[in-house]
Amino acid sequence: MPEFYELQINGSAHDVHDAWLGESLLYVLRERLGFTGTKSACEEGECGSCSVLVDDVLVCACLALAGSATGKTVTTVEGLAATGTPSDVQQAFVTAGAVQCGFCTPGLIVAAHALLTESPEATGQEIREALSGNVCRCTGYGRILEAVAAAARARLAAGAGSIDDRGET
Amino acid sequence: MIVTDTRTGRRPGTLGDSAVRPDGVAKVQGTFSFSSDEQIDGCVFGATLRSPHPSARIVSIDVSGAWKVSGVEAVLTAEDVPGNATYGLVVADQPVFAADVVRYVGEPVAVVAADHPETCQRALAAIRVDYEVLEPLLDPEVAIRGEHPDIHPDGNILRHQRIVHGDPDATGDVMVEGTYELGMQDQAFLGLEAALAIPEPGGGGIELHIATQWLHEDRRQIAACLGLPEPKVRLVLGGVGGAFGAREDISLQVHTCLLALRIGRPVRIQYSRRESFVGHVHRHPARIWMRHHATTTGQIVKIEARFVFDGGAYASTSSPVLLNGITHTQGPYRCPNAVVDGWAVRTNNLPCGAMRGFGVVQACFAHESQMDRLAEACGLGAVEIRLRNAMRTGDTLITGQVVESVAPVARCITEADALPLPEEPVGGRDGDPMRLPGGAGRTSDAEHVHRGIGWGVSIKNLMYSEGFDDFATARCRLSGGVVTLKFATAEVGQGFVVIAGQIARSVLGVDEVRLDTVDTDIGSSGSTSASRQTWMSGGAVDAACRKVRERLFDHVAAQHGLDPLRLAIDGTDVIDTMGTLRLAVEDAVMGREFDETVEFRHRPTEDLDENGQGNCHTAFAFAAHRAVVDVDAELGLVKVIQIATAQDVGRALNPLSVLGQIEGGIAQGLGLAVMEEIVRNAGYVRNASFTDYLLPTSLDMPEVVVSLVEEPDPQAPLGAKGVGEPPCISSTPAIVAAIRDALRHAGIERRLDRVPVRPSDIAL
Amino acid sequence: MAVVIPIDLDAAMRAASAAPDALILAGGTDVMVEVNAGQRRRALDSDTVIVLDRVRELRRWSHDPERRTVTLGAGVTYTELMTEPLASLLPALAEASRTVGSPQIRNAGTIGGNLATCSPAGDTLPVLAALDADVHLASLNGERTLPVGQFMLGVKTTALTRGELIVGVTAPVLRGAQGYAKVGVRNAMVIAIASACVIVDEDCRDVRIALGSVAPTIIRCPDAERHAAANLDWDRGRATPGVAAEIGERAAADARPIDDHRSTAAYRSRAVALLVGRLVRRGFPDA
Repeated sequence: MPEFYELQINGSAHDVHDAWLGESLLYVLRERLGFTGTKSACEEGECGSCSVLVDDVLVCACLALAGSATGKTVTTVEGLAATGTPSDVQQAFVTAGAVQCGFCTPGLIVAAHALLTESPEATGQEIREALSGNVCRCTGYGRILEAVAAAARARLAAGAGSIDDRGET
Repeated sequence: MIVTDTRTGRRPGTLGDSAVRPDGVAKVQGTFSFSSDEQIDGCVFGATLRSPHPSARIVSIDVSGAWKVSGVEAVLTAEDVPGNATYGLVVADQPVFAADVVRYVGEPVAVVAADHPETCQRALAAIRVDYEVLEPLLDPEVAIRGEHPDIHPDGNILRHQRIVHGDPDATGDVMVEGTYELGMQDQAFLGLEAALAIPEPGGGGIELHIATQWLHEDRRQIAACLGLPEPKVRLVLGGVGGAFGAREDISLQVHTCLLALRIGRPVRIQYSRRESFVGHVHRHPARIWMRHHATTTGQIVKIEARFVFDGGAYASTSSPVLLNGITHTQGPYRCPNAVVDGWAVRTNNLPCGAMRGFGVVQACFAHESQMDRLAEACGLGAVEIRLRNAMRTGDTLITGQVVESVAPVARCITEADALPLPEEPVGGRDGDPMRLPGGAGRTSDAEHVHRGIGWGVSIKNLMYSEGFDDFATARCRLSGGVVTLKFATAEVGQGFVVIAGQIARSVLGVDEVRLDTVDTDIGSSGSTSASRQTWMSGGAVDAACRKVRERLFDHVAAQHGLDPLRLAIDGTDVIDTMGTLRLAVEDAVMGREFDETVEFRHRPTEDLDENGQGNCHTAFAFAAHRAVVDVDAELGLVKVIQIATAQDVGRALNPLSVLGQIEGGIAQGLGLAVMEEIVRNAGYVRNASFTDYLLPTSLDMPEVVVSLVEEPDPQAPLGAKGVGEPPCISSTPAIVAAIRDALRHAGIERRLDRVPVRPSDIAL
Repeated sequence: MAVVIPIDLDAAMRAASAAPDALILAGGTDVMVEVNAGQRRRALDSDTVIVLDRVRELRRWSHDPERRTVTLGAGVTYTELMTEPLASLLPALAEASRTVGSPQIRNAGTIGGNLATCSPAGDTLPVLAALDADVHLASLNGERTLPVGQFMLGVKTTALTRGELIVGVTAPVLRGAQGYAKVGVRNAMVIAIASACVIVDEDCRDVRIALGSVAPTIIRCPDAERHAAANLDWDRGRATPGVAAEIGERAAADARPIDDHRSTAAYRSRAVALLVGRLVRRGFPDA
């Protein structure tokens, strides 16, 4: 067996060397590859802080065995927008006051991106259900729900303009 | 470019504006560095061996097995602590490592350092500790009665304090009483305890990157245990993923430093969630008996009360928590006579200490439940009974202290009462189960749902009490139109980093504010707790900026031959208020640098005397909550539909931040009301995980409607009161009162004297 | 170390046969919790993990309109079960799936994993029990099919043998009301304190009732089922509240709940009585 495996993360290949078999995708992302934007807060899928996209599906990185993710594409919060130029959803979180301690935030951002990709017209109750796997201890969710709703509205408004605009968001 | 808000005339980023957080973009992009994210080359991992017993004698510890695990670099126990063997915020009664006995499940016994977390776990499993299990002390009443041998050299009573005020024999025509209980709540911040310790070459000093609430207090305790002078221990604030009181005490700080000093390499420790539940202090479980005497028209005549707080194995802040509880017995109501007996005791349960609300949460659940009983006994409504007794500025508390703070209690109640009730129909709509109690579980149909409304109103002391020398330090440097602020204030999510910049922009007329590293290279700012940082560190930043402004005005005045008293800041300019001079601040600075450091103190407080009399607190804030809930009475399931709140904030320096504190605090109050409790059995913890310790999700939080009551407090440096704690104090009793009301509509009478209210408490 | 990622069933069976002590991962939502908590150290030290999420046969499902059955590959996720067209074919399974964990968990977790874990609180299990579903197992020694009731043996104990894999489940598509209800203390992401499934088969005038979290494994309630079949007004599709409540009480009488940190035995009994009664009334409104 090879002493390393390869993961595709945010569009680039990363080799993982000499790993212990039981390492989760979360551990490998954070500790071996330096993608510390993905947070660890419960390691049992009950908080959503480690939300990532695997083959564009929203999952908890703590519940994926790292070695099982070879051959799939992994997108972390760092892969959603270039550093310093936040995505629409990211900017909406800042503007709406959806960030306090910020520990749950990357997971929520990934979950919100997944939601708006799948259901661009999501509104109140759908947003609540879609984000119900992402626990926030600081905000009481009010500003988070507002941020996602605002991002959805902005996308719809932009989409009503031109197709090109939609492609940019 | 300066864009002024045309509606308010306010310059963006100044006081009163909902400025956005300077750390916001980094946090949404995942580039903000939390303490758990800090990595350094050559770093190894640490992990902690913990007691499996609530009470046991350590017969022997054999660490040789751990050393046989490949990759292990250090194994430390009590005998490896070079300095003080114990630490503590108030009393140093807690061992760095248990040596002779263990006093709670989860108490640290040893630590290891190794190349991989998995190696650490295998090494811990290989340490053999022989315990002689002892009978644990678990019942606080047994501790009070003195029926159990001392479980600690300091004894089993952490504090006993009485309050006797007015006529202790006074009686009222109407009397209501009850005994109220609160379970143990966890702060459950998301960012687990984590630290990185970097030893100085030669081992003469250490740098610790740590998520904490109070760098300097941590340093005092760490240095003492390491046997190092404080200047050799440098603390740097690592990004803090929430705190809520749980980071006020030491957890892994000393352990991480000891390992790093031992092996001469950087060491990281991060707790798991399971560990975190036993690795920090919790909200005190409490049992509170209260009896209210009142006139037939509902005026409170006297309150009698007995508080018992279970402090767990070590003192932590049990003493001030108890003080807060008993001194808030009366709630935000006038009360001429009182007899209160308060106990905080040591047991073999998990240690308890600070959590948002700090003793007042417990008192408020009791006094608000009592107010509803009093209302019923007097034939009054929940709002009317509270308005009739509402405290005002100038009233005397049961401690004899006069309330000098702005006290808009009646206004909070009437403004909350005026907020619209929810539009949500009883029993939801669109057949959507998510709108009903039970949610996705599809337990309830509209016909099973009854709606109730309940009230909770609170008073909370701000900042530290009982003679504590409470101060904050800030340094302001003005250079070339840029302000650099330095302070040791822990940003834990509350938003001090945004307020600090707003203060500097308002006072000094600059746009660009830089925040220096938060570390122990400057004096203490005190703890980020007790709703105190806006007042204290805000006061310090404000004072430092004002001092720099004085220096700037002196400089400009000298240049232009003016009296500096004529100068003022207008927007981003220095202007002569009696002339025509107008200079951009940047130009006025003219290559100079102004640099001032200030210590800010609130006015001193006093100890209580033996009858609980004394000016022990410095200021107060108030809040009213109205809860609307839907209850499935048969199954005992609750859905909170709306919380309306009016809160006394003094002045909203950043309305968006205030709203965030209010909504977030309500979520924690809701959690305590209906789901959050560390379940314990014989001293063992049964639900130390997020699978079983339930936090409110986005589907549990209701609509929140808010009215900010802004009456600037003349005592407060910026007119602003702390806003963090009140939202989680009276929201809990409001929700429980609403559940009782809903049940009444269903023809069911339940006292619901215990929180969290469990389905079985309602249904059976 | 070895992570084996078979892409077809044959390869999966060969891997399972070659390493019968291997750790088997489907969605990972249960097993990885234990791995992270250090509870699977021995299995991991055996040096093989078999990952089933790319086995193509397990990811499929099929509807046989003639036999009126749906066969689900073991790797079908909760999210897929909640989504059309499966949601309309097996509505109670869709309802149960929606109560599982969070969107993240539902995207990863699978019906085969729920069966393999065999927790008394497994959300799809009461539905499979009430549907009299069949579980298909396979190994290099051959295939076999067991009624789900014979597959689930106890708390986290199943009829799976070494080297054997869960291939899928076959459940009937029935005419009639069906539903799943679950009590938890939170409106999302909660483990069942008590749960119930009621399946009505109008063609056979038959009612099947299963309960979760009130016994070491999922239980059926034969007395309540017989009472329901005999006392419901099949012609008019109605039931009096009394009949529905009686069915609930009889179902609860079969429960053997315990006190634990999540709730009490007394509450669980009460809850399943109410849940069953309510589910019956949803199918059979007031007479």
